[in-house]
Amino acid sequence: MPKLNVEDLIKIKESYKAVFTLREGGYRAKITVHMGTCGIAAGARTVMEALIDEIHKQGASDVIASASGCAGLCSKEPMATVEIVGEAPVKYGQLDAEKIKKIFKEHVLNGSPVQEYALAAGCESSY
Amino acid sequence: MKTHRISVMLCGGTGCIASGSMKLRDAMVEEINKRGLQDEVSVVLTGCNGFCAQGPVMTIYPEDIFYQKVAVSDIPLIVEEHFMKGRPVEKLFYKEPAKKQTIPLMREIPFFSLQVLRALRNKGMIDAEKIEEYIARDGYQAAAKAITRMTPEEIIDVMTKSGLRGRGGAGFPTGRKWEESYRVQDDQKYILCNGDEGDPGAFMDRSIMEGDPHVVLEGMIIGAKAIGATKGYIYVRAEYPLAVHRLQVAINQARERGLLGNNIFGTDFCFDIEIYQGAGAFVCGESTALMTSIEGKRGMPRTRPPQSAHKGLWQKPTVLNNVETYANVPLIILNGPDWFRNLGTEKSTGTKVFALSGAINNIGLIEVPMGIPLRQIIYDIGGGVPKGRKFKAVQLGGPSGGCIPEALLDTPVTFEDIEKTGAIVGSGGLVVMNDLNCMVSVAKFFLEFTADESCGKCTPCRVGTTVMLDKLIDITEGRGKPGDIELIQSLSYDIINTSLCGLGQSAPNPVLTTIQYFRDEYESHINEKWCKTGVCRDLCTFYIDEQKCIGCGACARACPQKAITGEKKKPHKLDQKLCIQCRACYETCKFDSVKIGPRSMREELMMEEEKELASEEPQTVETV
Repeated sequence: MPKLNVEDLIKIKESYKAVFTLREGGYRAKITVHMGTCGIAAGARTVMEALIDEIHKQGASDVIASASGCAGLCSKEPMATVEIVGEAPVKYGQLDAEKIKKIFKEHVLNGSPVQEYALAAGCESSY
Repeated sequence: MKTHRISVMLCGGTGCIASGSMKLRDAMVEEINKRGLQDEVSVVLTGCNGFCAQGPVMTIYPEDIFYQKVAVSDIPLIVEEHFMKGRPVEKLFYKEPAKKQTIPLMREIPFFSLQVLRALRNKGMIDAEKIEEYIARDGYQAAAKAITRMTPEEIIDVMTKSGLRGRGGAGFPTGRKWEESYRVQDDQKYILCNGDEGDPGAFMDRSIMEGDPHVVLEGMIIGAKAIGATKGYIYVRAEYPLAVHRLQVAINQARERGLLGNNIFGTDFCFDIEIYQGAGAFVCGESTALMTSIEGKRGMPRTRPPQSAHKGLWQKPTVLNNVETYANVPLIILNGPDWFRNLGTEKSTGTKVFALSGAINNIGLIEVPMGIPLRQIIYDIGGGVPKGRKFKAVQLGGPSGGCIPEALLDTPVTFEDIEKTGAIVGSGGLVVMNDLNCMVSVAKFFLEFTADESCGKCTPCRVGTTVMLDKLIDITEGRGKPGDIELIQSLSYDIINTSLCGLGQSAPNPVLTTIQYFRDEYESHINEKWCKTGVCRDLCTFYIDEQKCIGCGACARACPQKAITGEKKKPHKLDQKLCIQCRACYETCKFDSVKIGPRSMREELMMEEEKELASEEPQTVETV
C-alpha cells in the first residue's frame, strides 16, 4: 500500500463525506420516502432504490435518503418529501423510479421544485 | 463506496460484547440481507458508547435514535418497522428513571447531552478497525501538522500553554514532561503509553484503546516528534484482549500507510510503536515499575532521581503518558491551546473522562469539563442513586483515592479541589455508595487490594498495609479496641512517608478519608460492636419493629432462612437463632420496619424468645 502524504488525508476524508453526513448530520437536503404499508404496496421500495442509486451516481455526499411511516394520503402513494435545509419541504405523490430521479436532479440538485408531481408544501415530522 | 440511507452504530465495547453485541450484529446483517436492504443499511461495530449498563446499545443515524438493551429477538422488528417503514421501535427507547418518560434521541438523553467529548470524540462514530474512518474525522491531520510544519519547541510550547495535565492520576503538566526529555541529549529516546489501567471500577483507557486506537498512536507520534524519540511502547494489560487486538490492527494499518515507520510524511522523521502486554500487576501502572517490566524484569519501582526524563527505559530518556492524555494531544495541536483552555479551570484545563459505577442509575463512561461539581456528575448525568436509597459517599481515584461525603458534593472536579478533600481525581474511577455501604468495610476492601498488590520492595508498604488490613478485619469482626483508630492513622502516615512509589504513598488514602468523614462508623464498630448498616455480620442484630411492621410479608419471602414468620397484616417476628445476618429483609422492607441493632441485642432477644417459648409450652402439651 502506498505511503500516505498530507494531501491523501484530505482525499480520504472527502471520500468518506457521505458516510459521515449520515452519522454526524449537517446534510444539505433530506429526501424522505414514505414507507407505510400503503406506500410499500404502491411501490415505495422501487422509489427508494432508485433514489439511493441516483444519490450515489451523482456523488451527492451532502444529501441523505430517509424512510418514514405512512403520510396519511394513501391514495397518492408512493410519496416522498424533499427537505432542503432552510427551505419549505415539498411533498410529491404518485411517484415511480423515473419521477424520483427527475425530482432529485431538478429539485435537489438544481433547486427548482417539480411542479407537475408536487402535492403540497409542508411535512409531518418523525423524531 | 456505497451510499447508505441508514447507519447502524452498534456498540462493540467490552461491556456490550459481553451482553451479546456480536450475536446482534450477525442477526442484524442476516435480517437486512433477508429484506434486501444490504445496499441501504450499513452496520458498524463501534467502540464503547459509554452507556454500558443499558447494553447492548445501538444508535441509528441519520435520526440519532438510541436503542438500549436490544435482544436478538428485537432485530426483525427494528428492521421491518424502523428500516423498512421508518417507524422507530418505541419499546427499545431509553426510559428516564425519574420522570418515567421515554427519550428516543441520543442527543436528548441527559446522560449524553451534558457531556463534552474531546478525548472520546470518536466514541460510537467510527469503526475502530478502519483507519479511513479515523482519518475522515480529521485523524492524523495533527500528526501531519506537527511533523511537517512544527518544530519540537513549537509543539512543546503549544502543549505547555494548553495546560494539559496527565490524566493517569498524578496530574503532572504534559508540556513540562516533554520539555524535560527534549532537553536531554541522547542517541536513543523512548515514548511510552501507560495503558495499565488497574483501578477497580475504572475503564476509561480501555474504552479509548478499544474504540479509537488511532488517537493513541497519533498522540504518541506527536510526542515522539516533540522529544525526539524513535521508538514507542504501549503498555497494556493482557487482560484487555480487545484493546490489544484493536491497537495491533491500528498499528498494522498505520505502518502500511506509512504513518509509522521510516520517513513519515516524506520527512526524515522515523518512529515506530510496539505493544507490550503486562501481566496485570497494579504496581506496573507506576512509571518506573512499568519501565522495569518492559525491560523484562519483575515489575518493581526504583528510586528517583534519576527521573525517567533523563534515565528511564533501558537508562535512556523516556516520556510516559497515560492513554487519555495522548487522546487529547491531536486536538490541542489542531485547534490550539486557547481552544483547549476554554473548558475547565485555570489550573485544570480541558475535560476529564470518568467511569461511573456503583449505586448510580446511569452506569457508564462520561466525559465532562473539568470544574464541574461532583453533584452534577452524580445527579444530572448519573441520574442519582437508584431504588430510592440515600447517597452516602463517592469514591474517587480507586485504591489511591478517597471517599467524599455528601457535604462535599459541591466540590468542583479539579486536581486541586479534589486533593483538598483527601481524595484524588486519579485516572477517573468514580464509585457511588449508598446508605447500605459500611465505610469501614469499604476501606477494608481497598486495603485488601493494595496489600495484595504491594510489590513487596518497601517494608512499610509490604508489612504496613498488611498490619493495617489486620486491624480493619479486627474492627469489622468485633475485635476492635479503643486506640485502634489512632494506631491506624499513625501507621498510615508512616507508610505514606516511607514508601518509594505511588502505590504505598497513596494506599492509606481510602482508610484516612473514611476515618476523616465517617469516624462515627469506626467508633460504633469498636465501642458498641455495632455496624449500623448491617454489613459486618458479627456486629449487628436484625429485628422487626412491631410498631412499624404492617405485615406485608415481603421480608419473610426474601429471607433464605425462613427466620421471619407472622400472619398477614400483623407484625412479623424474626427468629434470632435462624438469622444469618444476610440483610435481605432489611433491603426488602419498604416500611423501614426492619431494624439493625448492635451485636449485644442478639443474646437479649434470644433470651426473650426462649422465655416466650417456655411460657407457650404447657399449652402445646394440652392441645396434643
